[in-house]
Amino acid sequence: MDPRKLRLGFIAATAALALAFLLPLAPQSPPLSAHPIVWPIVGAAGILFLLAARLSDQRATLPGLAGATLAAAASLVLLDDAAVAGAARAGFWMIVMACWLSAALGVVNLAGTHQVRGKLQRALDLLVPLLFGLTVFYLWEVAVRGFGVPPVLLPSPSAAATRFIHSLPTLGADFVQTFVRGVLAGYFIGCGAGLLVAILAHRYAFLGRGLLPLGNFFSALPLVGVAPIMVMWFGFDWPSKAAVVVLVTFFPMLVNAIAGLNAAGHIERDLMRSYGATHSQALTKLYLPAALPFIFNALKINATLALIGAIVAEFFGTPTQGIGFRISTEAGRMAIDMVWAEIALAALAGMAFYGFVTLAERATTFWHPSYRT
Amino acid sequence: MLLRPARTLRDHPLVARYAPVLTMVLALVAIWYVAAVAMNWSLVRDGFEREETPYAMSDVLAGTMDAERPLLPAPHQIASAFLDSVFGYPPLAPRSLVYHSLVTLSATLLGFLLGALFGIVLALLIVHSRVLERSLLPWIICSQMVPVLALAPIFIVVLGALGLHGLLPKSIISAYLCFFPVAIGMVKGFISPDPLQLELMRTWSATPRQVLWKLRWPASVPYLFASLKVAVTISLIGAIVAELPTGAEAGIGARLLSGSYYGQTVQLWSALVAAAVLSSALIALIGLIERETGRRMGAH
Repeated sequence: MDPRKLRLGFIAATAALALAFLLPLAPQSPPLSAHPIVWPIVGAAGILFLLAARLSDQRATLPGLAGATLAAAASLVLLDDAAVAGAARAGFWMIVMACWLSAALGVVNLAGTHQVRGKLQRALDLLVPLLFGLTVFYLWEVAVRGFGVPPVLLPSPSAAATRFIHSLPTLGADFVQTFVRGVLAGYFIGCGAGLLVAILAHRYAFLGRGLLPLGNFFSALPLVGVAPIMVMWFGFDWPSKAAVVVLVTFFPMLVNAIAGLNAAGHIERDLMRSYGATHSQALTKLYLPAALPFIFNALKINATLALIGAIVAEFFGTPTQGIGFRISTEAGRMAIDMVWAEIALAALAGMAFYGFVTLAERATTFWHPSYRT
Repeated sequence: MLLRPARTLRDHPLVARYAPVLTMVLALVAIWYVAAVAMNWSLVRDGFEREETPYAMSDVLAGTMDAERPLLPAPHQIASAFLDSVFGYPPLAPRSLVYHSLVTLSATLLGFLLGALFGIVLALLIVHSRVLERSLLPWIICSQMVPVLALAPIFIVVLGALGLHGLLPKSIISAYLCFFPVAIGMVKGFISPDPLQLELMRTWSATPRQVLWKLRWPASVPYLFASLKVAVTISLIGAIVAELPTGAEAGIGARLLSGSYYGQTVQLWSALVAAAVLSSALIALIGLIERETGRRMGAH
C-alpha cells in the first residue's frame, strides 16, 4: 500500500483517539481522563498508532494491529459502565473509529503482502479473513451495545455466545436430533441411492437417456416443498426429516454422478477394452475413480442442501427438539439470543460437515490436476 | 453406391431422443398409481368398515382413486385439482392458485433481481480488489455452508417488529439465498478471458473500464446465464420458505402450510405442482433470454 496513505490513515487514527479525550463519552459519564484503567490503554494505543505512522510500511502492520486491539479492549471496558452502554456519544465513537480504521489498514497492508511463500503464505491466507471477521463482529458488538439496540431486534454476539455456553445441553440434544439422526441418515441414503442409480444408468444407456433429463428437471424443482407430505407419511420424528433429505440429495447426486461416469476418456476406455476387462472391473478401476471429482462436487452441494432440508422439514412439525423446532418456537417467544445460538450451532455443523467432505476429497482425489501444483 | 442400413422407426432421431424419457415418465406414473392404491387402501377400507356398509374389493379400489383426504392422491386427482384451482376461479380470488403463485412470484422476482445485482457488484469488487478477494471471499463461501434458510423466521420476525411486512422481507431472504451462485459464477466469468486477450488489451493501452466493458463483461455472459438459472430456483425456494413462519395469508408456501395443517393433501400437491411449473417456467424464460442474447452477440 502507498506509504503516504498509510501514514495519513494512522495519523487520523491517533487524532481520533486524541479527540476521544476531549469529547464527552456519554451524557452521564465523566470524561475519558477520569476513567482509571481505560485512559492509559487508550494512550498506549495512540502511541502505537504514532509508531505505525512513523514506520508506514510492512512493519507498520504489527503496531497498528496491536493498537487496534488495545482500542477495542478500551471501548469494551467502557461499555461495561452502565452510564456509557446505550447512550454512547462522540467521544466513545472516536475510539471505535480509531480501532476500525487501524484494523482496516492492517488488513489491507497484510493482504497486499507479496513475495512470501509456503507456510507463511498459508498463514496469511487464514489470518486476513479472520481479522476481517473479527472486525465485523467487534463493530456489531459495539454498535448494538453502544446504541442500546433492544435485544429483541438484534442481540450482541457476546449475548448469543453466553446463551450458547449456558444452554449447551439443549443445543446438544437439538444437534443430535437434527444433524445426527435426520441429516446424516438421509444424506447417506440419498447420496448412496443417487450413486447406485447413476451406475445403473451408466450401464444401460436406455435408462440413462431417460433418467438424465428427468434428473435435471427434478433437481431444479423446489423439492423442500415436499416436507409437509413427508411429515404426513413418516410422522413427526426424524424419519420424516431423513426422507426429505433423501429426496433433496438424490437428484444432484444422480445428475453429477452420471456426468462423472461419462467423464472417462476414449483412450482409457479403449485400454480397458484391450485388457478384456469386465464391466465391473472397468467400473471400479476406471469409471468410478474418474467420476470421483464429480461425485465429491455433488457431496458438497448436498452437504448444505441436506441441512437446509432437515431444518425446513422441522418447521412442519417435530417432537420437542431439533434446530428448526427451536428456532421457530424461540423466535415466537422473542428469545432472539437463543435463536442466534441455534443459528451459530447450525453454522458450525454446516461448516464442519463441508470441511469434512473437503478433507475426504483431498484424500481421495489427490491425483486430480486441480490439486497437483 | 453406399449401402445404407434400412432406417427403422427405432433409429428415427425423434424416437431415439424422446422414447427413453417417455418410458421413464410412464413408468413413474404407473408406479405412482400402484403406490396410491397401496397407501390409500387401508384408509378407504377403514372408512367402509366404520360406516358398516358391505363393500367389494372393486369398491375399495375405486375409493383409493378419489379419496377426499388420501395419503397419496392419484395423479389424475392432482391434475384435476390443479386445473380446477387455476382455471376454476377468477385469477385474483383467494382460492385461486394463480393468485397465490403471483404473490410468490413477485417476491421471487424482486429477490432474484436484488440478489443477482448484489452478486454481480460483489463479483466486480472482488475481481478488482485484491484486499477484498482475500478478506471477503472466504466469508462469502462460509456464508453458504450456513443453512441460510434457518435465518428466514427470525428475519421475518425482526423485520416485522420494525414494521416491515409483505413483499420486502421475503424478497430479502430470496436475495440472500441467490446472490451466492451469481457472485461465484461472475467471478469465474470475469477472470475467464485468457492472458493473451488481456495482453492484447494492454497493448492497446485500454483503461480498466474499457477492459471491463469490452472484454470481461462479454466473456462472462455464458457464466452469467448459467448462474442465473441456478439462482432463480433458489430464489423461488427462498420465497416459499419465507412464507412459512409468518403463517402468511397468501403464497405457495402458505398453501403448503395450510394444506399440511388441515390434511388437505390434494391442495398440498397442487401447490407443489404450481411451484414446479413456476420454477420450470422461470428457467425456460432465462434460457430464452440466453439464446436471444447469444444470437445478438453473434454466437450462431
